[in-house]
Amino acid sequence: MTATTTTPLSTAPVPAVRRPSARLRAWSTRAPLLPALIFMIAVTQLPFVATLVISFFDWNALYPDARRFTGFDNYHQVLTDADLRRSVGTTVLLTAAVVIASLVLGLALALLLDRRFRGRGVVRTLLIAPFLVVPVAAALLWKHVLYNPEYGLFNGLLHYVGGPQPDWISHTPLLAVEASLVWQWTPFMMLILLAGLQSRDPEQIEAARVDGASDWQIFRHLTLPHLRRYLELGALLGSIYIVQNFDAVFTITSGGLGTANLPYTVYQSFYQAHENGLASAAGVLVVIGSLVIATLALRVVSSLFREEVSRA
Amino acid sequence: MTATTVRRGGLGLLAWLAGIVFFLPIAWMALTSFHSEADAATNPPSFTAAFTLDGYREFFGTGGGASPWPALLNSAVASVASTLLVLLLALPAAYALSIRRVRKWTDVLFFFLSTKMLPAVAGLLPVYLFAKNAGMLDNIWLLVVLYTSMNLPIAVWMMQSFLAEVPVAVIEAAQIDGARLPTVLARVVAPIALPGIAATSLICFIFSWNELLFARVLTGVVAETAPVFLTGFITSQGLFLAKVCAASLVVSLPVLAAGFAAQDKLVQGLSLGAVK
Repeated sequence: MTATTTTPLSTAPVPAVRRPSARLRAWSTRAPLLPALIFMIAVTQLPFVATLVISFFDWNALYPDARRFTGFDNYHQVLTDADLRRSVGTTVLLTAAVVIASLVLGLALALLLDRRFRGRGVVRTLLIAPFLVVPVAAALLWKHVLYNPEYGLFNGLLHYVGGPQPDWISHTPLLAVEASLVWQWTPFMMLILLAGLQSRDPEQIEAARVDGASDWQIFRHLTLPHLRRYLELGALLGSIYIVQNFDAVFTITSGGLGTANLPYTVYQSFYQAHENGLASAAGVLVVIGSLVIATLALRVVSSLFREEVSRA
Repeated sequence: MTATTVRRGGLGLLAWLAGIVFFLPIAWMALTSFHSEADAATNPPSFTAAFTLDGYREFFGTGGGASPWPALLNSAVASVASTLLVLLLALPAAYALSIRRVRKWTDVLFFFLSTKMLPAVAGLLPVYLFAKNAGMLDNIWLLVVLYTSMNLPIAVWMMQSFLAEVPVAVIEAAQIDGARLPTVLARVVAPIALPGIAATSLICFIFSWNELLFARVLTGVVAETAPVFLTGFITSQGLFLAKVCAASLVVSLPVLAAGFAAQDKLVQGLSLGAVK
């Protein structure tokens, strides 16, 4: 179906209403869309414009009278500040590690769940559950109940096998945050990849099997190419969500021990240091960084979408 | 028994094992929440300790400390009101993007999607400054508006795809029979699209209920939401594991319930409608 101004509907006779002019009709088609569109522009686009403007000012909220235009000074400061640069590195590392680990695990789980076995529905439900724990609650669970060096579950289980009793969060802070996020995001990846697996053409696989292809050959040459776009989509959507992660960093380490990512740094620079200009410049940089991922993501979504539309 | 059936059984067992490993932290959280604080803080862990509701009593404030009820209520208001507002805005929009399509409807769809891809943290400061000047800080309705904007793109995408499933021929036939638009919507469109609309609502509810960053920055004592209440447990307070577990479980229950109810449509919502 292609996009046209006159859908079949508008040609249907509408009793008791005189045929309106083409222009009026176009507006009556548009009208239902406008509230949502205007709302989105007002609430999501205007703040970005404001952020951009504020990023060019030297503005500490505690000294509002000293506010002045400084051009690119804030950007210079953000890009040369050691802490902020480290937080850029942390963001990249955190996002990449979590996305890759949960994609690999998610793929393995999706492959396991794609086959019939007793209790498949129950296992699927068990696997989705971590994603349905409120993120702050999940972070608290990992911080206090699992990682606690004295009576956390991990050290408790290690105790049984006579293993060491590490202080997980102090020794490997970033890994501790990443592990909790992988636990929450693997189900997400699994669900997307499972949907991909189930949209394969069963006849094609059957034909390959009849021709004597092994399981590995089918996976390598049929399943994986088919899954490519689902893997891309999972990676991109995961990146978009995890780049923005605040809850886990805030809860598990409070941004300490080198785990402060960009959202946490932006939060801190304005909430605790009251540096409005700096926070905005950092915010703009986060947006620019995300644009690359977002553009790629939009391309993948649109290719999947076009396929859906042409199939319909 | 052939080698293949053994392998099949093995893989099924592996799947079960994976499911149990992933679920273990939640099961452990539930078990700990019913233990006394002394039994919760042992090493090695006490699996078979006596059950008690002390953790829950402690959490709900009967043992002193702030009651979580105002925060839970705020979260309920923010999530339910924003979900209703999302439906109010998204349904007509989705209609104009699927049944009676505007020109360039795909461009409009992708505009909605693109707003979801920019990090919300970048808009945090202007929103805060606006709220401060407008006297809207610590006001739950500000969160309602923000959560609506966060979820609207998801809802528009999902509902667009649900409404697109309504066959145009059926709508036309109804109109030729003389049915007016409201009748067509109620009798023809609604029955086909209703399950999808329900799933969309559940997913919007989950995202609103979970949100922390904006709630943390924009609310204080009056409008604090359940996730903000939970941040009170970030620093250890002596023996409090059972209480933390009870709190985390209580706050997560609505999301777990909504998520399991929307299980089939969860992927579609999370992938912003790209995957069915």
